Amino acid sequence: MSAFDTRNLSGTSYIIPFDGAVAADFDRMGGKGASLARMTAAGVAVPAGFSVATDAYADMLRADGLGDEIAALMAALDIDDVADQARKSDAIRAAITARPVPEPVEQAIRAAYGALSARFGGDLPVAVRSSATAEDLPDASFAGQQDTYLWVVGADAVIDRVRACWASLFNARAIAYRAKNGLGDVGVLMSVAVQKMVDARSAGVAMTLDPVTGDRSRIVIDAAFGLGEPVVSGDITPDNFVLDKVLLAIAKRNVAHKDFELVVDRAARCTVERVIEAERRSLSSLSDAEIVAVARLAKALEKQMGCPQDVEWAIDRDLPEGENVVALQSRPETVWSRKAASRPKTGYVTGIEGVLGTLLSPVQTKQ
Amino acid sequence: MTKHARFPSPYDLPPPKGAEDWKGLYPYYLTFKDKLRSEEDAKFWFCDAQHWPSPFKPFDAITVEFAVKCLGQYNTRHYMVPPANGVEYRIHNGYCYMSPVAVAPELIAARVPQFIERAGHYFNNWDALLQNWDKKVRANIADMEAIHFEALPEAVPLEWIKDGIGLDNTYALNESYDRLIQLLYKTWQYHFEFLNLGYAAYLDFFGFLKGQFPSIPDQAIAKMVQGVEVDLFRPDDELKKLARLAVELGVDTALASGTVEEALAAVGQTPKGDVWLKAWKDAQDPWFNFTSGNGFYSDDKYWIDHLDLPLGYIRDYIVRVKRGETIERPIAAIAAERERITAEYAELLDDEARAAFEGKLGLARTVFPYVENHNFYIEHWSMSVFWRKMRELGQILHEAGFWKNPNDIFYLTRQEIRDVLFDYGNGWAVGAKAAGPDYWPEEIERRAAIMAALATQPPEPALNEPPAVITEPFTIMLWGITTDRINAWLGDDDTTGRFTGMAASPGRVEGKARVIRSASQLDEIEDGEILVAPVTAPSWAPVFGRIRAIVTDVGGMMSHAAIVCREYGLPAVTGTGNASSRIQNGQMLRVDGTTGEVTLLL
Repeated sequence: MSAFDTRNLSGTSYIIPFDGAVAADFDRMGGKGASLARMTAAGVAVPAGFSVATDAYADMLRADGLGDEIAALMAALDIDDVADQARKSDAIRAAITARPVPEPVEQAIRAAYGALSARFGGDLPVAVRSSATAEDLPDASFAGQQDTYLWVVGADAVIDRVRACWASLFNARAIAYRAKNGLGDVGVLMSVAVQKMVDARSAGVAMTLDPVTGDRSRIVIDAAFGLGEPVVSGDITPDNFVLDKVLLAIAKRNVAHKDFELVVDRAARCTVERVIEAERRSLSSLSDAEIVAVARLAKALEKQMGCPQDVEWAIDRDLPEGENVVALQSRPETVWSRKAASRPKTGYVTGIEGVLGTLLSPVQTKQ
Repeated sequence: MTKHARFPSPYDLPPPKGAEDWKGLYPYYLTFKDKLRSEEDAKFWFCDAQHWPSPFKPFDAITVEFAVKCLGQYNTRHYMVPPANGVEYRIHNGYCYMSPVAVAPELIAARVPQFIERAGHYFNNWDALLQNWDKKVRANIADMEAIHFEALPEAVPLEWIKDGIGLDNTYALNESYDRLIQLLYKTWQYHFEFLNLGYAAYLDFFGFLKGQFPSIPDQAIAKMVQGVEVDLFRPDDELKKLARLAVELGVDTALASGTVEEALAAVGQTPKGDVWLKAWKDAQDPWFNFTSGNGFYSDDKYWIDHLDLPLGYIRDYIVRVKRGETIERPIAAIAAERERITAEYAELLDDEARAAFEGKLGLARTVFPYVENHNFYIEHWSMSVFWRKMRELGQILHEAGFWKNPNDIFYLTRQEIRDVLFDYGNGWAVGAKAAGPDYWPEEIERRAAIMAALATQPPEPALNEPPAVITEPFTIMLWGITTDRINAWLGDDDTTGRFTGMAASPGRVEGKARVIRSASQLDEIEDGEILVAPVTAPSWAPVFGRIRAIVTDVGGMMSHAAIVCREYGLPAVTGTGNASSRIQNGQMLRVDGTTGEVTLLL
């Protein structure tokens, strides 16, 4: 019996928009898609898009005997033979990409992409990312085993990349990983996230604590013009802003001299480095309102995730002011979180004893 | 700090020209003595321009003496605060300089059990003791109100003769004066009964949060503790109510022009005018016992004595009400914001720290209403009555020929006034003329010239060499004097067009500067300007609706100006040192009340 027959979830929609998902949908969106839907539900804007649900993948497997063919190939796999893994991987991926996507699935993706594009005009460049259901596994590297396609334009190309994402579930390393960890192939279904490419006017990272002191009442933002990669990689000195997390008041601002920015070349469907014109180099990459908006976004993510976060964000040129700050990625902060856990607990004294202690060794007020 | 970073010695600071004889205006024990130079120069003194921003007349020194002496007694003799005694104070060139007195390290331990027992009793019985305080202070005010000074009559009353009293009217006059001074002394003892402990508990909460969140803004801590319904804001609230009532009753047009008498008469002519006039009368006691200064000067203008002040503010509010603006403080929103801020910081703490947070917050919130409210009962209400009584006496002696203007009495020290009373009674009893009328007018003229000369020279922010680090808790909390502040004063950052001070109330705005040196200039303010002043008073609140931000020379996080600015959501930078003398009217400024920076634009 095919391993995929039990996953017949017919009657459920193939498309789940990030901003329309409910908790019951999360299982069908894979790790990445569910995370985007959760952020949206928590009031954190993410680049607009939708998940192609696991049901679509399941129906693809069912159609035309694909599932059986894969099951047969996998059954014959020699786990310890790397060459055999590569051969089986090639065969399975060829079997997937050779078959047409079932008509109802194709129509659903086409309609969803059309609707997404219509919000911005023309065929919208999107990122197509695989989002496997087993992505939440502790070994984070597994998440990277699947593919991401950037600057995909047009419904045909999107459908093609969705199928490629499905196929990426069977690349050689993924097969080996699952085999070694006893996961089989039954526990893993594939959803695909289709998400607007962000043409960032400014972008960067935000931390929901002060990385220098570990002070959890602060939000620290690094920002620059253009896309955020040079900020993340440390290729440029970004603008730096510090806010109080509760008051959302800007406590410090340090605007850097910025020589170049990474921008989108829409025609070439890629990013290019561009020299920033002289009069813009020393301007702040964020307005005060935007600084606060980025901080709000990071704060909402911390609250949702329940621990300090390290957030990648961008200001999308295509969106109107006031709703153009989007979260690209959010990870738990690790350095101070570990320190906090290992810090010895100090005894606190309250009441008159506390007052006495303070009078005997008063603090300094300092900004 | 560099080796040369020190403030001048008072001994090297001569008075301005024309004020050479200033020392004779104040009691002998309040000035720097030549003989004690090395002793006095070994101490660091900071100027308390927060409470005494301009040179004070000889009688007004009573406020310095009573206030600072009574502050000290509670640390030194009542609660035995282990590390801190009182604050030494001196007058120099008309300004007041302070130097806190530490307890010798070897004596601190012995005071700990005493402090725990004495201060602990107050913390444990705070609400009951405070209720009692309220009774005491109201009784004290009533006692002051009951004092009446009367000119000496032609003859002792016949009833006194028939009743065999055996005393004359001078006896009652002297007694009334002494009693008034004693009641003022009581006022200032009561003032500090709770204040130091209140600040200490606040400081404990403050220090705890600084430990948990090294960068937490001072103003965030203040916001968690500040009250929502505060008596200090009542006078302004009363004006707002009266403005709204005027519009509702249709008496606003009648109120809009003319003198106070004319406007009130016009209101009386309207159909519902009597309703408004009753409300206007009812609000006055006690809420118009509110000064446009800070209560420490005899020439402070209290609303109740200058009804044009509250009426002017009411007129402004009426205009805003008719424009459809909400002038009332958003009490519910302020309360909700206080709870949001508190809950969000608490959420960032681990369980053990959160328990301590709750405990310290609870105590801070118990004690803090006193810190906010006492100001109305003492500086405003009590002092309003005190100064009024003193002016009554001044008037009688003016009519007896002792001086040209009734308020000239304040050019005498309080001991000299006893002499004058004897002189007055002596002439009356002997049936000859008193000496004063031939002595005081000339002497007062001489003193007035000295006062005018003193006022031409601003104070130094501090004297002598500052300690490496300021740790004295009351210096920090009451006066906002921190190591950073002192470094900024010494740092001479004026060439850059930037000033730094306390980030007292958050927000960042730009606008035109309006430099105000006294309450009498308040009507010069135009909408949207930034108020720059040596110091502000809570009673300036009615103009807060028209300005964008406030910058002051002096004041800390808990200064009255800072409390009121946070309440009104106005950005404020306090304690800049001397911004008001370096900024000109009309200059464009950027004020960042979140970072404590003021920048001259252009």
